[in-house]
Amino acid sequence: MKMRLFSPRNVRLLRRGPRDVLGSSCGGPCSPSPPLTSPSVPPVALCRALSSLTASRRGLPQKKMSENGISRPKVLTLDTMNPTVKMVEYAVRGPIVQRAVELEKELSEGIEKPFTEVIKANIGDAQAMGQQPITFFRQVLALCSYPELLNLDNTFPEDAKNRARLILQSCGGSSLGAYSPSQGIDYVRQDVANYIERRDGGVPCDPDNIYLTTGASDGITTILKLLVCGQGIDRTGVMISIPQYPLYSAALAELGAVQINYFLNEDNCWSMDIQELQRAVNEARQHCHPRALCIINPGNPTGQVQSRDCIEDVIRFAAKERLFLMADEVYQDNVYAEGCKFHSFKKVLFEMGPEYSETVELASFHSTSKCYMGECGFRGGYMEVINMDDDVKSQLTKLVSVRLCSPVPGQALMDLVVNPPQPGEPSYNCFIKERTATLSALAEKAKLTEKILNTVPGIRCNPVQGAMYSFPCITIPDKAIKEALEKGQQPDMFYCMTMLEETGICLVPGSGFGQKRINEGFVVMTILPPIDKLTILLNKVKEFHQRFTKQYS
Amino acid sequence: MTKLHCIFMQGVKKPFREVIDVAWGDAQGAGIKPLTFVRQVLAACLYPQLLDSNRLPTDVKQKARGLLSECHGGSMGSYTDLPGIPQVAREISEYIARRDGGDPPKTGNIFISPGSQWALQNILNLLVHGHGEVRSGVLTPIPCHVTTIESLHSLGGVSVPYYLSEEHGWELQMEELNRALEYAKQVCAPVALYVVNPGNPPGHVQSKKSIQDVIRFALEKRLFLLVDEVYQDCVYADNVEFVSYKKVLAEMGPPFSDTVELASFHSASKGFLGEAGLRGGYVELVNMDPDVIKYACTIFSKDTAPTPGQIALSVLANPPRLGDPSYPLYEMETQQMQTMIKANVRRVHEVLDSLPGISCQPVEGGAFAFPRVDLPPKALQKAKEMGMEPDTFYCLRLLEESGAFITPGCEYGQKEGTYHIRFCIRSPGDVIEDFLGRLVTFHTQFMKEFS
Repeated sequence: MKMRLFSPRNVRLLRRGPRDVLGSSCGGPCSPSPPLTSPSVPPVALCRALSSLTASRRGLPQKKMSENGISRPKVLTLDTMNPTVKMVEYAVRGPIVQRAVELEKELSEGIEKPFTEVIKANIGDAQAMGQQPITFFRQVLALCSYPELLNLDNTFPEDAKNRARLILQSCGGSSLGAYSPSQGIDYVRQDVANYIERRDGGVPCDPDNIYLTTGASDGITTILKLLVCGQGIDRTGVMISIPQYPLYSAALAELGAVQINYFLNEDNCWSMDIQELQRAVNEARQHCHPRALCIINPGNPTGQVQSRDCIEDVIRFAAKERLFLMADEVYQDNVYAEGCKFHSFKKVLFEMGPEYSETVELASFHSTSKCYMGECGFRGGYMEVINMDDDVKSQLTKLVSVRLCSPVPGQALMDLVVNPPQPGEPSYNCFIKERTATLSALAEKAKLTEKILNTVPGIRCNPVQGAMYSFPCITIPDKAIKEALEKGQQPDMFYCMTMLEETGICLVPGSGFGQKRINEGFVVMTILPPIDKLTILLNKVKEFHQRFTKQYS
Repeated sequence: MTKLHCIFMQGVKKPFREVIDVAWGDAQGAGIKPLTFVRQVLAACLYPQLLDSNRLPTDVKQKARGLLSECHGGSMGSYTDLPGIPQVAREISEYIARRDGGDPPKTGNIFISPGSQWALQNILNLLVHGHGEVRSGVLTPIPCHVTTIESLHSLGGVSVPYYLSEEHGWELQMEELNRALEYAKQVCAPVALYVVNPGNPPGHVQSKKSIQDVIRFALEKRLFLLVDEVYQDCVYADNVEFVSYKKVLAEMGPPFSDTVELASFHSASKGFLGEAGLRGGYVELVNMDPDVIKYACTIFSKDTAPTPGQIALSVLANPPRLGDPSYPLYEMETQQMQTMIKANVRRVHEVLDSLPGISCQPVEGGAFAFPRVDLPPKALQKAKEMGMEPDTFYCLRLLEESGAFITPGCEYGQKEGTYHIRFCIRSPGDVIEDFLGRLVTFHTQFMKEFS
């Protein structure tokens, strides 16, 4: 009998959803005829206490005055707001990005600046930086959207038309505009499963374990929602790498989970270090209940591509410490460095034999936003769940039904990503040309970034093995640190803000990613701009750094 | 039966139309065609090479070019900033101003999301304290579609029902609202009132007076108003008009208009567009604390709406106008849809009025009919033996015997001892006709069997 670490006891139970009503799970009365429909009702004695608490909690006066001078407190204020929301900061769209948007506006209004454009080199949005979409994908999506185009003779290749027909057939009412099942279009999930099997050298994949999500973030947040429970020392702790992608810290804050930081090893190209994982989990057990371990591979923002041995070690660690593994693999095609190869957690898990493959609980995530597609705007993604307890899986299915379904164009796009044109098909040559061009351009830009930044005294940059970012370490002079702290800013935020105001280049400071040091800061810069623009950008960064260092020496 | 249910959910096309699915509010899933203009704009945005051809009308090209010019990198594939593609946010703002009169709302008070329910959950997230001894409560109507309630529960909130009055056409009654609130105070910290107008599942359209009463109630009792208005374009009865909560609020003047906090939700999933799969929705916030809006920005910025959904919203908010090349077709398609659905509603009432044991309040708007079924005692007994709710039993038998898939009232809540069924009237006319035929045959037999 398999013992799941993650059982329904741990999961906040949800009421049954509408789609279950005629299913076998409808065992008993389902009418919410008792007036209260929440999972638990506080006893009467507590109720009076509740009403008095209510009054004091909501009665804080506010500044807004009505016409006859009586102050009218708002129902929803910072004080009455859900407290966990206050903990949420989302660095990727935080204050520096807001300032960048303001500056863009000012430029468009004709206000003079020391630069002519704002370059948002902070977000992994390839097409915003000029990367071209894959022609075949857009053709098929256009045909799916407006099927009358199928009747046009020469505008679209036959394989694009056939794909569009297949996809439309799999949609309700043969339209992208119909709801799909909450878990995703069955036909697409089947294709995703086939892709995973091919990618992983034949390791079987059950389409029933595939969920199509609104981008990978949606899948990640959903799994985290399932995992977070308990109070006090039993509160769920989630291990996340530092530096990390701020979605995780934002989601954990929103869910009121405990964030357990483990540091990646900068000296070894940001690899994971089991001793460090052990240290982190041991320390965490004193104040929370560690339940999950998140890995981003290839890494964001560090770009490291984990070696196979390292992945095995992590799996053993997760098994030993009874942790649910969450593998964010959205950059799986973005591998540049020689000697580096992407190994999926699932493949490695299964190759380690039944002791692990039948017990370790894993969720892997992928998306249409990165790799060579760069289709962020469609919010396409999937997750595969392995060894999840059956009852928990039905809770998961219920949880995704609250979203109704993920965007159908994104599902269609994911189908094309996992099942691209094959040799011999009319669109193959063009497809492979575009894909290769994009990926090799990224590889070139990764190398260029490392090269240029490492010529700057006071900047050091690890090789960008994969993903879409460089994560250089910058030395910040003491005087600058002082001024930063006087302004109430982290030193690397101050550095980035100054760079933004002087050059129009928007980078994200590393403190948004959790890494904090004293006279060193980290910044995140994408490698996405076209190579000539990137060269200019990198040289401007170089010039700025030299100026800044001199100014504050 | 579960297998049939699964087959439905997979949307697998069957070789023959033996089974009819009118269970969900999914117009395009039921066979209603999307509007040509929306899909032409979408195709042009997806594959801009189409802009160079002469396949598409000039207004389609103009709209597509305009939208693309405001996307980063000129592509639909990029992320969008808050509140969305700037043109779309502006168009929504102008739409609201045209609908309600008055000044266009600031785009900073409009948040675009992957569907209205997503936006609703984000707002609930701001309101609801889900941990600890004091849990927030939201008053929710009975009957009510389930998604919102599940959303609320998943945040740890409490839903406190107020019963809509079936005998009065499913209208909202203030006495009942008061009763529900008094009860709520004993078991939670009530913080908001959720209203669906036009309703789902009951097809009631709120009168202006009723809206005023609710607004007064919200002010007096200090409740945040969550108003789900996704069916605002779905109004069928001749003497009935949709009026938005925002408009009524503004017309009531101070202290209401500058105090009552309101979130109004709309979506491209319903109405003439019916683009449920594209996931485009928005919320407009009225009188919200500016400090709280900053946090709303953080929450919403994590989940930007997909660009196809935003394009659908753009057409919703700014459709072709008289004089535009696409206007005649757009007008024809929307008129035909409206005529067909109104005919559906008439037919539904005609048929149900003539069937003993079924009665249906007027479907003034929305997407569903929610008739009451007076199940005989023997049927109740049989259902009990089978361990299911009576209306579930009725729906199950309907599916098994006639291949018609609908949903039972117990899923939405109903007064104890009453039973209902829900089916979607925003379906092609022939589908409704077919369904009604099967329902009549089945119902007659069923009532006879259990008499």
